[in-house]
Amino acid sequence: MMKQKKNREKAMVIGLLIMFVLIAGIALFPVFALVIASLSPASDLMRYGLTGELFLSAFDFQNYEALFGSGETNYWSWYANSIIISAVLIVVSLFFSSMVGYALALYSFKGQRFIFLLVLVIVMIPFEILMLPLFRLMTSLQLVDTYLAVMLPLIVAPIAVFFFRQYAIGLPKELMESARVDGCTEYGIFFKVMAPLMLPSFAAMAILQGLSSWNNFLWPLLVLRSNDMFTLPIGLATLLTPYGNNYQVLFSGAVLSIIPIILLFLFFQRFFIAGLTSGGVKG
Amino acid sequence: MATSTSEQRIHNEGVKKRRFRFLYSKKVAPYVFVSPFIISFLLLSLYPFLSAINMSFQRVLPGQIDYIGLHNYSRVFNPTFYTALQNTTIYVVWTVLILTFIPLVLAVLLNNRLMTFTNIFRAAIFIPALTSVIVAGTIFRMIFGDSEAAFANQVLQFIGLDAVEWRYGAGSGMFLMVALASWRWIGVNILYYLAALQNVNHDLYEAADIDGAGVWQKFRNVTFPAIKPVVIFLSTITIINGFRMFEESFVFWETSSPGNIGLTVVGYIYIEGIQRNDMGFGAAVGIVLLLIILVISITQLVLTGAFKKGDS
Repeated sequence: MMKQKKNREKAMVIGLLIMFVLIAGIALFPVFALVIASLSPASDLMRYGLTGELFLSAFDFQNYEALFGSGETNYWSWYANSIIISAVLIVVSLFFSSMVGYALALYSFKGQRFIFLLVLVIVMIPFEILMLPLFRLMTSLQLVDTYLAVMLPLIVAPIAVFFFRQYAIGLPKELMESARVDGCTEYGIFFKVMAPLMLPSFAAMAILQGLSSWNNFLWPLLVLRSNDMFTLPIGLATLLTPYGNNYQVLFSGAVLSIIPIILLFLFFQRFFIAGLTSGGVKG
Repeated sequence: MATSTSEQRIHNEGVKKRRFRFLYSKKVAPYVFVSPFIISFLLLSLYPFLSAINMSFQRVLPGQIDYIGLHNYSRVFNPTFYTALQNTTIYVVWTVLILTFIPLVLAVLLNNRLMTFTNIFRAAIFIPALTSVIVAGTIFRMIFGDSEAAFANQVLQFIGLDAVEWRYGAGSGMFLMVALASWRWIGVNILYYLAALQNVNHDLYEAADIDGAGVWQKFRNVTFPAIKPVVIFLSTITIINGFRMFEESFVFWETSSPGNIGLTVVGYIYIEGIQRNDMGFGAAVGIVLLLIILVISITQLVLTGAFKKGDS
């Protein structure tokens, strides 16, 4: 009896393992295919798309050489723009959002519930509905084609406020009292005592905010006009034309564009699951 | 001389401190903390929202704005808008089905106590979420190329089917958009479910075992109630994100697809509002979209009983 059960369990585990290897394969295949494409001669790709020949007979670095060698596109400006915008947004939006979330969780003040309700409502209202008036606002402020125009709507992220609030609710309130007794100001309490306790949530939000600003598309597409101001997704999209003449930059550039976000993920991933649990899904 | 300036400075600081002292009180501090949100709400949410409503009644021309009543709204309900709405709705239905159900099954299997290498699988299925739609879409366009030599078509031919011109048919076009979104988000949703599954009380399984419950009964009576909030959460955001869809379509067809097979509501707002510079009309489409999303979200929240629990 026992042995039979054990065998059945063994068979089940092997079945599951095979299934998940297949699923992981499907998940990783396009990324693998992208790397292969970046190492193939661009002329073939233009003619056939990605064919069944996934294993290269020889590595061909001419796409990368084109990317590094020539000044044909503004690829490196796009890269720099993306880095600057994402870095500033991560720092600023985490700073503001954590302050708001912290206050909503650990103080009691008039209007608190109302403000929290507003946060939830804004999470629900799609940005796309506000984008035309915001675009008009940016035009009248003469901010079109500047970093500031891309960043402004994302400076306080309601979803991050919500995450930080959920996380801060679990912090010990007594620490605030004892810091007060020690003569700490309310701001000192946040920056010196409570914010350090919220570090795991900062790490999780750094990944999510970094991801969303690095990959942000529609809004930058609206407010960025000149080619050298584009961010990576906008710049790469300009290479995606039916008459595409720059597959070399497209593929090698796409591969290199994933690297910063993978580094960010690897750096903070230990905290990521904790961040996901603390936000949004507490029933 | 030196002492008097330093006295002066101390005095000045005293004034400054007194002037800003109210900012340091326990009563005022929380308002200072939430002020970034209040300011951004007023400037970047409330103002554009009211402005969108206002704009939807306007004809906006360079240097000239006329109020034209409901004219924009009467124009919204045209065949192109219906096509966009239909595409978007089909996309929402598919993504909700795929992105709430499949990740749930996979997470339950992955959470099995006999399962090994869980962390590696978890990392692998999360990788797609790191790619931008543009990067992912580029490679999807290559895999699902139109020529018979393209990878997906070779697979089809290998199993005895005909090659498909993926980007030129309504069904295959929808497949491309849904496949791209599913590929990017299944891993993230699995993580959400896994996080929730870790909070299930294990004593309940033991109790169920003693009562002789089967696998399905255990899932229905123990697992599902515990993860129901996540199911509601994920289906809600999938619906909202589905109605906001633009990029999945843009990456395959830019802004003009054959017979509008890839046109979405947000794509329609973009084309009319930005490309054709008809901002008033674009704003009206946006307001209609907002109403659709509100009706669906509220219906869904009422049906799933999410309102009964309060907000904490």
